[in-house]
Amino acid sequence: MEIINLEGTEDTPKIILDKTNKIFEISGRSLPEDSAEFYQPILDWLAEYAKDPLPETIFDFKLEYFNTASSKLILDVLTSLEDITNAKVHWYFYEEDEDMEEAGEEFSELVDVEFELMPY
Amino acid sequence: MKYIYDMHQMMLKNNIILVYEGEFTQEITKSVLAMAERNMDSIGEESGIKRKVFNVMVECLQNIVKHGEEYISGEKQINTAIFMIGKHKDSYIITSGNPIRNDLVENLREKLDMINSLDKEGLKSLYKDIIKSGTGLTEKGGAGLGFVDMARKSGQKLEYGFEPLKGDHSFFSLKTTVPRG
Repeated sequence: MEIINLEGTEDTPKIILDKTNKIFEISGRSLPEDSAEFYQPILDWLAEYAKDPLPETIFDFKLEYFNTASSKLILDVLTSLEDITNAKVHWYFYEEDEDMEEAGEEFSELVDVEFELMPY
Repeated sequence: MKYIYDMHQMMLKNNIILVYEGEFTQEITKSVLAMAERNMDSIGEESGIKRKVFNVMVECLQNIVKHGEEYISGEKQINTAIFMIGKHKDSYIITSGNPIRNDLVENLREKLDMINSLDKEGLKSLYKDIIKSGTGLTEKGGAGLGFVDMARKSGQKLEYGFEPLKGDHSFFSLKTTVPRG
């Protein structure tokens, strides 16, 4: 499968989707002007990956900030993990960032995917 | 030339650390955010407060980018809005003002009143209801969550007002307070 490797910018997150090296990661800031357009390739990639996934998929979320328009798309990304056998989310948050911790808890209640909250 | 002095005095009196007036775009949003962040960094603001202010600013600025309306004032077509941040001893005040169509005023007022009537738990469940409603983003690319998020992150009521403009528009003013410490 092709690799998605997007450098983070001041308003878009860094994203790596790499089946060969088993890296599935979204990190940084997400407040793009058009969040639906930004996340569409990610959703397409995951739909393709779901057809023939690795035995285990650990998806790392290490977000520093995301806006509300992105939150809807992040939920879409998480929902698409429901279709991947043995997918698991590691939701990283800066230990003093209660809002990011709470966001992880809320997302975990909204989707049927194993979630682990990871303070750092 | 006195207006320069007056303007400066007015800003000092109201503890305003940043004002932007003009057209609002994503590029402008990024610049305003960067300036405000630098300002908070320079005084060593606590990171939790900084994150909340940043959060409220993003939603506020992107609201204007998405929903700010052009309106005709006399001969001129005006497509501008205002955004300000005030820094007080015990809080940051994030304010914005932009023209909106009169036919949207009642709906907006109801939405804000509803948000203001909710407590922390109520806001949380409203947020979850909206995000999982599955209706996708609005035609303007918003999730309909901006005000709810501003109320949640600030922990305060959203203050607002409408000033009638000529023609079929009103000026929508919004004020969010983020307590310090």
